[in-house]
Amino acid sequence: MQVTLRQLAPWIAGAALIALPFVHRDPYHLHIFVLILIWSFAYTSWSMMGRFGLVSLGHGGFMGVGAYVTALLWNHLGLSPWFGIPISLVCAGFLAVIVGYPCFRFRITGHYFVLVTLALSGIVLQVITASRDWTGGSLGFSPNRIKGNSIAVLQFEDKTTWYLIALGVWAVGLLIWRHVDRSMDRYALEAISEDEDAAAAAGVNVTWEKLKITVLSALMTAFAGALYTQYQMFITPDTVSGIAISLQMVFAVIVGGVYVALGPTVGAIITILLAEFLRIGFGTKAVGWDNLIYGVLLVLFIIFLPKGILGSAIEKFRARRPSG
Amino acid sequence: MQGFLDIFDVYLLEAVINGILFGGVLALLALGLNLIFGVIDVTWICYAELVMIGMYGMYYLVSVYHVPYWMAAPMCILLVAGFGALLHILVIQPLLSAPPINQLLATGGVLFFLQSLATVTFGIDFRNLGIQLPVLQFAEMNFSYARLLSFAAALVGMIAVYVFMKRTYTGIAIRAIAQDRQIMALMGVDTKRIYLITSALGGALAGLAACLLVLQYDVHPFVGLSFGPITFLICVLGGLGNFVGGFVASFVFAEIISLGGLFSDLEWGYVLAFGFFILMMFVRPGGLLARRQ
Repeated sequence: MQVTLRQLAPWIAGAALIALPFVHRDPYHLHIFVLILIWSFAYTSWSMMGRFGLVSLGHGGFMGVGAYVTALLWNHLGLSPWFGIPISLVCAGFLAVIVGYPCFRFRITGHYFVLVTLALSGIVLQVITASRDWTGGSLGFSPNRIKGNSIAVLQFEDKTTWYLIALGVWAVGLLIWRHVDRSMDRYALEAISEDEDAAAAAGVNVTWEKLKITVLSALMTAFAGALYTQYQMFITPDTVSGIAISLQMVFAVIVGGVYVALGPTVGAIITILLAEFLRIGFGTKAVGWDNLIYGVLLVLFIIFLPKGILGSAIEKFRARRPSG
Repeated sequence: MQGFLDIFDVYLLEAVINGILFGGVLALLALGLNLIFGVIDVTWICYAELVMIGMYGMYYLVSVYHVPYWMAAPMCILLVAGFGALLHILVIQPLLSAPPINQLLATGGVLFFLQSLATVTFGIDFRNLGIQLPVLQFAEMNFSYARLLSFAAALVGMIAVYVFMKRTYTGIAIRAIAQDRQIMALMGVDTKRIYLITSALGGALAGLAACLLVLQYDVHPFVGLSFGPITFLICVLGGLGNFVGGFVASFVFAEIISLGGLFSDLEWGYVLAFGFFILMMFVRPGGLLARRQ
């Protein structure tokens, strides 16, 4: 019975999540749920790499590419997001290969890799700001709205539709996570993160394995960016790209737990609820305070709880019941 | 046609010289970051934010409390040096035995913290000292004294660090630790103290850079982002921990940015520099001056 209940649990949770918007229709709460789901997906895509010791601060860059390419193609060429999103994914994937290949081929790891990717997100931010004639620069950018709902251009006015879309995307993100978790690539990448030379000697194609997971992670992040654009219908360089967003991903994942599937989701719930709580509680006075608290918490978590809340909780649970 | 070429060359020369002047300050930042990496094996992601704190310190000392610039500068250097030491004690020391990536991410948290602290305390207004230094005109070219002064001061700062590292006992101990971290503790060097001194020294260099940058740029909470990434690129291009490499790479980058800015926007200069960086990673992945293995 124990086993069947564990097998049933995801289905029950899934059904409950699908049923939620039809029971609870409060638009503000749904808005928060959608944000949590979209960011959970983005954080999950970061942790795909992060769990193998590939710490990237370039994901703000990938997200910015996904968001801006989709929106620019729609506004300037009238290209529907159905085509815009794939194109933006190709751009993000291309960027990931351009930066990732030399890094992995020439063994740029650890500090070096972080700094290179950090510069990447800085540069994407600069490009978006510099091409202000097209992107509106730091003032932000709104995709042109059409009236009503339309599947053809992916614009919906009601929150329920968006909630279901975001829920689906989030679930697919978790499935991808699980797929990677059960694949041979996982063992190869874990071996690489322990010792690259030994892994290479054991027949692992280090460059190829790292490049695969990096491109996958970049594509997912860019997709999250595009989704965020379509939902919010307003983006600025600072909300979808840059170093701050990259660090926000790192923060959320580390708080939630980088080695467990639902860790990034827990991180997203905590960070978004914290930000909303501050915003409602303190209004405009709270500007900057959320990041202040994030910063302190990030440092404290890395020092005292590096496995994250969910990761540590699961570990404690398992330690108490070694058989389970 | 001849006249056009003459004007063009003057602009080009001006951009080249301005690039060299800009490179001086970048070299100072790269030196501080390399020093800390070389000795403690930690990368301070928040290094440019320390500069930002220093720039605010200068702004308040000079514009609000009316301290003369020449007195404010040493105070500001001491302030940021103190911040560097504090950063080491509070964040790096508890993490010294953790994986290096954790230390780097923790300083990322400090970056978040300092940026928002500045936002909360000082607001997001752009502030400047209001000191207008005259412009030097020389052979149809214009150079601001601010840049010349920065270059000279950066050079003096770097020479001072060089002398310190070569001539004093502490400096020699720092260099020795950079070469072998384990053995020096056995040789009777107090590693903890050396780490602290190095962090303060790195902070002091950030403070000096802040005093110089505040003459040319407005202060705002996100000012660190405009030269932080470029400093990291420089350090990686020169080879992390390689002082000479960082020095050379600073000038290479400053020239690219300055010349790129001549033909287009300054932001595109940065993008060009990044493209060059990616290219160089294929050619010389270990850094500009890396020894062949």
